[in-house]
Amino acid sequence: MNVLSLQNVVKAYANHIAVNDVSFDVKAGSIFGLLGPNGAGKTSLIRIITTITAADSGKIFLNDHPLNHLHPNEIGYMPEERGLYKKMKVGEQLLYLAQLKGLSSKDAKIKLRNWLEKFEILSWWDKKIGDLSKGMSQKVQFIATVVHDPSLIILDEPFSGLDPINANLIKDEIYQLKEKGASILFSTHRMEQVEEICEDIVLINKGKILLYGGVDKIKNDFKEHLFSVKYNGNLPESISDHNYLIVSKTANEIVFKAGVDQTSNDLLRNLINSHVNIVSFNEIMPSLNEIFIKIVESNNE
Amino acid sequence: MNKIWLVTQREYLTRVKNKTFILTTLLTPLGILVFMAAVVLVMSTGSDKVKVINVYDPTLLLENELKTRDNLTFKFSNESLDAQKELYKEKKINGILEIPALTDSLASKYVYKYHSDDQLAMDETYAIESAIGKKIRNYKLKKLNIDSNTLKNLDTDVSAEPVTILADKKISSITTIVSSVLGGVVGYAMFFIILFYGMQVMRSVMEEKINRIVEVLISSLKPFELMMGKVIGVGLVGLTQIGIWLILMPIIYIIGAALFGINPDSMGAMNTGNIPMEDIAMSSQDKIGQIFLEIRAMNWWLILPLTLFYFLAGYFAYSALFAAIGSAVGEDINEANSLTLPVMMPLMFSMYIGISAVNAPDSSLAVWSSMIPLLSSIVMPVRLPFDPPWWQIAISVVSLVIFSIFLVWLAARIYRVGILMYGKKASFKELSKWIFYKG
Repeated sequence: MNVLSLQNVVKAYANHIAVNDVSFDVKAGSIFGLLGPNGAGKTSLIRIITTITAADSGKIFLNDHPLNHLHPNEIGYMPEERGLYKKMKVGEQLLYLAQLKGLSSKDAKIKLRNWLEKFEILSWWDKKIGDLSKGMSQKVQFIATVVHDPSLIILDEPFSGLDPINANLIKDEIYQLKEKGASILFSTHRMEQVEEICEDIVLINKGKILLYGGVDKIKNDFKEHLFSVKYNGNLPESISDHNYLIVSKTANEIVFKAGVDQTSNDLLRNLINSHVNIVSFNEIMPSLNEIFIKIVESNNE
Repeated sequence: MNKIWLVTQREYLTRVKNKTFILTTLLTPLGILVFMAAVVLVMSTGSDKVKVINVYDPTLLLENELKTRDNLTFKFSNESLDAQKELYKEKKINGILEIPALTDSLASKYVYKYHSDDQLAMDETYAIESAIGKKIRNYKLKKLNIDSNTLKNLDTDVSAEPVTILADKKISSITTIVSSVLGGVVGYAMFFIILFYGMQVMRSVMEEKINRIVEVLISSLKPFELMMGKVIGVGLVGLTQIGIWLILMPIIYIIGAALFGINPDSMGAMNTGNIPMEDIAMSSQDKIGQIFLEIRAMNWWLILPLTLFYFLAGYFAYSALFAAIGSAVGEDINEANSLTLPVMMPLMFSMYIGISAVNAPDSSLAVWSSMIPLLSSIVMPVRLPFDPPWWQIAISVVSLVIFSIFLVWLAARIYRVGILMYGKKASFKELSKWIFYKG
């Protein structure tokens, strides 16, 4: 089942097309990465999903229902530009935002207490936002995003401005929310986080989808059949006789590029037959960062 | 609807709970009272030193009569002027009033002398001059053989008695005065209230945009709901503040009167610029009574709800426009100023028309502008005490309702685009484009 499904979504502004025929699905209970360079159309897309703006054409389904005005209550959205009322107290502010998401004042209070206790910040209830540090107010913002148990949580650069400890805290929360069945749409251009967290990604540039699929599958599609071998002792002379291209060689590591029809087993067998003292054998997979740069650059040309 | 209410609640409660709001609401009436008390005090205290002034009146023009005042004693003395000057030098008296003989009994000018190194206070001079003036007048009457009764008969108190031809009701000359005051006060009050709270709406919108919380908010509710909640919330704050003032003013006035001994008479004295009360006292009792009668005779069942309606319609239209401007500007307050000017124009224009309508409620300017939306929200309430024809009220109400709804709609179109627009310089050309942006 998909929590979110976009079909041929188009959104044009006066002088450019922000979202151009975009289709993708976010599986229920998954973490999904929405990637793209600055100005790719990520924010436009998120604003359409959060019903802030409407698409010019195309269909959007949330939990199998066409997107409607009740859906914002099922979505939690944390924009990249964080913002809270500086003069309001933490408690009142969260209560207000939770009620805007359709919670009753009573339910909101109970849930907020649980969240604040979880983050060990219950004592902040009567503090003004303006008196909190940036990291502290990020926690408050995160709670405001998830307090109403949304089925789809949209996080735009959730870790920006967080120290590693708080970033880990939020990351753990994201995993826990996923365990509870929520889906997370995670918009970023920080690839190492995507690689770590996301199961599926969509990469957009200039409003168009360049890549879409599971992270593992994409990496597989973009692999260059490079193998790294770590060894002890000397390499036999005969190693260069094999039909493998040696990409690089150091005192204890050698990198081969295999042909399309050659498997890792073939390479390994040859190495063993050549009496190489193998310490480790790895296929070098491309990082998402490399794929991202490669694809976006070739798209921009 | 529910979400509008939530926004309204927040806007209302955060404002009403704000310390500055509480202080200004409670202290303003107190401040006004203190100010008035201070004015009364300043006006009513003359010289606080006891003064003794000798009067040298050899021709007995004053017939040994000059009223002694609180700190001022007049002593009639026939000693020579030089001898009295000795007394002055010994500091036994503060000055000598020399009343020369009236040489030309029919002269239109008369000069008396005051010998002293200090000057007389304004009110002292006034008292002396009016006393001398009265004596000379009586003297002249005798000299010209005019009986004071005959003279009285020469004066005629002219006043108009308005009589209606078609309408079946009584109006008196005071009706016009009462209506004018009422209309003027209402006009001014409407102008300031709409302007003040409209600006508050604008600032609130700007704050949310600068804070960037607006994006979180409109992912929860429609921009229109946010804008309306804001407008209603701030409007309720305004009504609360005015309500508290209307209750507090009389209470504080009564307390103040008891504490400082301010009585309405001295207030009256202040207004009439120290003219002795006895001159107008005779008729003022009657007049005050009559004013109250007139006020009671006004068609309050029509005036009150209609004034409230015009206030609300005007407030909604203007504050929605202020919200739209606030959404367009963002950080730069100077930009806001240049954009608010065109909104302020009809507001100020209508206030000035309203003031002129007080004098000429049936002038074609007043009649037309009381039916033109936006202008009508201030001009018509000014005309209401003058009983304008019902069809004019009807046209005015209907057109204002339609136009206000249109303006709120227009403002909401600009607002929904403006709150998400950063870094673009807001101009009217840009704003008018936003109106036609889709979804």
